[in-house]
Amino acid sequence: MADIKDIIGKVCPDAVYEENERPLAVVPDAKWHDVAVALKNASYDWLIALVGEDFGDALGCMYYLKSTADHSIISVKVVTTDRENPMIHSVSDIWKVAINEEREVYDFFGIKFINHPDMRRLFLRNDWVGYPLRKDYDMNPDLNPVRLYHEEPDDASVSYQEGADGKITAVPVKVFGDNEFVVNIGPQHPATHGVLRFRTSLDGEEIKKIDLVCGYIHRGIEKLCENLGYPQTIHFYDRMDYFSALPNEHCVCSCIEKALGVEAPRRAQVVRVICDELSRIASHLLFFGTFCMDLGATTALFYGLRERETILNILEETCGARMSFNYYTIGGLRADIHETFIPKVKELLAIMPKALKEYHQLVTGNVIFQNRLKHVGILSREDAISYGIGGPSGRASGWANDVRKTNPYAVYGELDFEQVVMDGCDSFDRYLVRMKEIEQSMKIIEQLIDNIPEGEFCAKVPKIIKLPVGHWYQEVEACRGAFGVYIDSRGEKTPYRMKVNGTCLRLASIVDLITRGSKIADLITIGGSLDYIVPDIDR
Amino acid sequence: MKWEDFNENEYIESLVEELKSSGQNVVVGKLDQLINWGRSNSLWPLTFATSCCGIEFISLGAARYDMARFGFEVARSSPRQADFMMVAGTIVHRMAPVFRRLYEQLAEPKYVIAVGGCAISGGPFRNSYHVVKGIDEIVPVDVFIPGCPPRPEAMFYGLMQLQRKVKVERFFGGVNRKRTREDFFRENPEIAEREHAQE
Repeated sequence: MADIKDIIGKVCPDAVYEENERPLAVVPDAKWHDVAVALKNASYDWLIALVGEDFGDALGCMYYLKSTADHSIISVKVVTTDRENPMIHSVSDIWKVAINEEREVYDFFGIKFINHPDMRRLFLRNDWVGYPLRKDYDMNPDLNPVRLYHEEPDDASVSYQEGADGKITAVPVKVFGDNEFVVNIGPQHPATHGVLRFRTSLDGEEIKKIDLVCGYIHRGIEKLCENLGYPQTIHFYDRMDYFSALPNEHCVCSCIEKALGVEAPRRAQVVRVICDELSRIASHLLFFGTFCMDLGATTALFYGLRERETILNILEETCGARMSFNYYTIGGLRADIHETFIPKVKELLAIMPKALKEYHQLVTGNVIFQNRLKHVGILSREDAISYGIGGPSGRASGWANDVRKTNPYAVYGELDFEQVVMDGCDSFDRYLVRMKEIEQSMKIIEQLIDNIPEGEFCAKVPKIIKLPVGHWYQEVEACRGAFGVYIDSRGEKTPYRMKVNGTCLRLASIVDLITRGSKIADLITIGGSLDYIVPDIDR
Repeated sequence: MKWEDFNENEYIESLVEELKSSGQNVVVGKLDQLINWGRSNSLWPLTFATSCCGIEFISLGAARYDMARFGFEVARSSPRQADFMMVAGTIVHRMAPVFRRLYEQLAEPKYVIAVGGCAISGGPFRNSYHVVKGIDEIVPVDVFIPGCPPRPEAMFYGLMQLQRKVKVERFFGGVNRKRTREDFFRENPEIAEREHAQE
């Protein structure tokens, strides 16, 4: 706490500090940009979450920053009381990840960011009325009916620039120039892995710029959560990033448990870790299959899905569903593991090394495959940090960021496994990191499967769950990178604000950066190697 | 599932009743049967998936469930080559016009299957500000497959009900009609009004 006071105090003496779960500083907007620079220089260079919130009396943002040196997390709050024309200084020049996340905040709360290069809506149609996550949003369906006509292509954007005298002027910005050749890819395209749209400006076959258009599967989960009790919100976490359903549930459950002061029994924690790793293997197998299919190796899909079905069988017997498990609950697990769970997992561990060898023989060594991946889509370590790309994609750029190692949760701290880090920075290494992570996940499961302790599988929790007043942020390592949940509670049965912070929006944001100058065919390779899941981008 | 249950489908029975009551030419009837036999066993889906249900649709194509057994394996990426679309996943406000355009691009005779709670009614996201409460508000639907997501077996059941429906249809002078945009607007005046107002 003293540390953050030192750093911020030098730049902004009138900051207010609050004791919460983590050090929190409330910084006035005028000084926020300077404070952000100071924090970044003090090694808080990973913006892990940018949460917009309607605090009732004010609109504002919570910024969660993580140090890449010692992995400590601090938070900063910036508010504005103006509801008519709210404005906050942008930090998108310091952390590039803020470019799209600030657009998201603008979309949901109408907060305009000063000096942001491109202030457009991100998820909603450009003719949408109102800002849906504000508490006074009018839900009347007549204002926003299902419109069956196409929205106008929106090349005109605006940037609010602050002059030297502090006066703010709206400067019109064009997304694409008049003479640019723009090709539309998506939202219905088999290689975008869902309904994502890229407006791609081309020079011959070379990509000049990509404008990311998302929101084609924006389901408004964060707003829905505000009207549901805490246990009722968990099932949504299966349906965002449906491949890492269990790690996502793990995140929200441990966030609520932390706020409630409950600890899951050891049996539940061990089973959670095993199931998390099982779904990580299943997710990476599907990545292997679909990625190879995008590159034209259709057979690989069938190999990958063959082993994935074995895992789904195991999870189905225990959780009762193939995909939307809803297995973890606040305080532990919804049910004990099935009697066949342990022998079947052991069977899986026996077949996986053989299967992996088969994959490598089938695909990895192939010259065509390697030529299409090596030195394609270079993402440097600095860019990975600036854009907040955690997970396997960031680790392929030589950045050790595995939350399981840096901020261990559940029983990960006691386990012996390696964090796979490679420094090729290209698509081939992003592929290899995932294949190697399968081996590490197997190593974790091997250590735990014979040592599941006896005892309760769920702690005693009150029937009606009310969290105390406060706010919490919890991170886990999901299959695609750090996955965070932010809960703001006002002491009610329902969350006042629940923010879901996945990695996929960040993964999609860097497509523009790392495809520039590549051929258009490489867009498919690069998109596949990043492995984003569209419902997790849009939520 | 029992065989009797599989055949129990009031909708198709009423369709057969209707066809029988109006009578049919023998030659045309036999030709119809032949064509429908071929059509029903080579229904090509459009590769269209927005969320979770789409992954179960991929499983359907893979080796374990293998929809090639029933002739569904030729998933097309262009709606102009597909016979039906499996609407696997939530349709939201921003997607609705795109989805409608895809439907209109399908060549006649075309069919729509609503897969999963979201496509049927909005499912768990029904109360959201940005979710369409059932795709039957936008396009006509032939088969509904409930589930969240439905198991691959359930999807097969739905697909086979669609095959049965195709088999009892009248191809000549029936479903093989040429329907223009103007026809569509005549049948749906309220959509036409909105569309024209915008254009």
